[in-house]
Amino acid sequence: MYAQMVKSTGSGVKPLDEMSPQERAFQERIDRGEKIEPKDWMPDGYRKTLIRQIGQHAHSEIVGQLPEGNWITRAPTLERKAILLAKVQDEAGHGLYLYCAAETLGVSRDELTMALLEGRMKYSSIFNYPTLTWADMGAVGWLVDGAAIMNQVPLQRTSYGPYARAMVRICKEESFHQRQGFDIMMKMAKGTEAQRKMAQNALDRFWFPALMMFGPSDKDSVHSAQSMAWRIKMNTNDELRQKFVDQTMPQIDYLGLTCPDPDIAWNADKGGYDFSEPDWSEFFDVLRGNGPCNADRMQARRKAWEDGAWVRDGLMAHAAKKSAQMAAE
Amino acid sequence: MTALFEGLLRLGDTTLILSHRVSEWCGHAPALEEDIALANTALDLIGQAQMWLGLAAEVEGAGRSADDLAYLRDVWEFRNFLLVERPNVDFGHTIMRQCLFDQWNGLMLNHLSGSTDDRIAAIAQKAAKEAAYHTERSADLVIALGDGTKESHARMQSALDAFWPYVGEMFTADPVDTELARDGVFPDLASLRAPWDARINEIFASATLHKPDSAFAHQGGKSGKHTEHLGHLLTTMQWLQRAYPGATW
Amino acid sequence: MTETRSEWPLWEVFIRGQHGLSHRHVGSLHAADAKMAMHHARDVYTRRNEGVSLWVVPAAAITASAPGDKGPMFEPSNDKVYRHPDFFDIPDDVGPM
Repeated sequence: MYAQMVKSTGSGVKPLDEMSPQERAFQERIDRGEKIEPKDWMPDGYRKTLIRQIGQHAHSEIVGQLPEGNWITRAPTLERKAILLAKVQDEAGHGLYLYCAAETLGVSRDELTMALLEGRMKYSSIFNYPTLTWADMGAVGWLVDGAAIMNQVPLQRTSYGPYARAMVRICKEESFHQRQGFDIMMKMAKGTEAQRKMAQNALDRFWFPALMMFGPSDKDSVHSAQSMAWRIKMNTNDELRQKFVDQTMPQIDYLGLTCPDPDIAWNADKGGYDFSEPDWSEFFDVLRGNGPCNADRMQARRKAWEDGAWVRDGLMAHAAKKSAQMAAE
Repeated sequence: MTALFEGLLRLGDTTLILSHRVSEWCGHAPALEEDIALANTALDLIGQAQMWLGLAAEVEGAGRSADDLAYLRDVWEFRNFLLVERPNVDFGHTIMRQCLFDQWNGLMLNHLSGSTDDRIAAIAQKAAKEAAYHTERSADLVIALGDGTKESHARMQSALDAFWPYVGEMFTADPVDTELARDGVFPDLASLRAPWDARINEIFASATLHKPDSAFAHQGGKSGKHTEHLGHLLTTMQWLQRAYPGATW
Repeated sequence: MTETRSEWPLWEVFIRGQHGLSHRHVGSLHAADAKMAMHHARDVYTRRNEGVSLWVVPAAAITASAPGDKGPMFEPSNDKVYRHPDFFDIPDDVGPM
């Protein structure tokens, strides 16, 4: 997912009767479905875990601009260019909303940015894969945004108020993203032979990386259990992955394309597909920085930050001069 | 080729090429808010390009679409100002170029809103609202960055020095412009210069920037004699349409 | 690497939608001054026709009630049920009121 393998603090979920009265009251509020707001008391671990998770989610949106941004100047029609630009612009907006949500927890956007640029914080593995053809714009919107939506829709009900409100706004905008991706895939899959091949090739490359977005199975993870108790994680990784596969397979059929997993098969007993696990060693390599595009992505973000410093400083300096002038008058 | 078709290509190509340049910023701007703002500017300009080129294609009557004009003409057939094909260089150059163009485009659209050609007037009336916002935004940024720090001032001055020789082309009428002005379709381009200078002088004064003394003006964009940069831009922009002729996207 | 310098301050954004309701808080953003904040608010928060009027307020200028005061601040109004119209039983024969 956009936030993968976020470690919570502590060693697991404490039973209610071992909690301090304050912690217990906090947990009971969450269990009642109440929202936690910025100025409310919260356990240190809740705050830290949320900063990590929202920060990672925000970084993913910003780094996620790059693979699709890669095709804005090569979009094949004026309308496609406008749509793609508006879509990638939305990602910047989503990053902005999420950084603002994180800021309510007492960390600044610049601090989070520095943590990303210095490699102390991560972003989703998926954005370390290259976009090689125009069909990748279809595959990314359809599969990557589709996988993200699986996670983001339930997060609208997360316990932390500012995060939940950011997700509501994001989900409202996000629904156009997956549709525009699928629309591109339909045009390609029903287009010329070359376009159909391009579409299949994009599906072949993005299928397993999309499944990896949900992260490895976390049914035994203490971190996930704690995050679920705090309602900052709403479903297990396996649940979401299964739901994604079940939703996507009929769409692959509709397009007349072939799922690159040779062993995928409908399982009537469980009412879902059986499918192959992605190569988790590849996933961990990508997280360690060894994906095909990690170095390029970070270089692009660092360059934007460093090249932009004089602009940010210049505008601040002008604002300071103006307010000094006004104070003097 | 009629003067009307030529004139519309100039408006369409100029907004098309500038929108392309601005869109190159997406994902790379100095701050998230600026990233989003630049994308809005690019989107408005793509919209204007679609309308101007759409009307150009209609006027031509040869069965071409706005997309055909954008994606299937070669460099000598483009009619944009040289100013807008210049590379982005840095945020300072990008905003300076935008400011010089926005001030012209705002004036031009106000005049075109009263064009004797109703189709042109309708497009201009719609575009003028967007342009008014662009005009204010780019002027504010030029002022703030010109006045900001030593470094931001130096960068804005060097951007101004670099673009100044490309300003004159926007106000130099050729026979096409003269014919269109005679029929009241376009304004007399030279008449835009005084109000443009007046506003630009105010902006540069607040920005503490020095307007270059040279009156030299490169010409050629409007007749298809471009800088080397345009060919590279088109190579990128037109690649899919050229590589897969006849495909729909 | 550039060190963290003075960051653009945070602003809260309020929009009044098409239907004449009050301005509503929609989110936040960073900007160097009020005019830039207004432009940014327009560019970030009104891309989908969300409104017809914008307010931007420096986040630092907002005074918020403290969660600890929730009891004294808000509970006293709980038992003033007579402030609500359905407290009063008006016979149906009276007609609409």
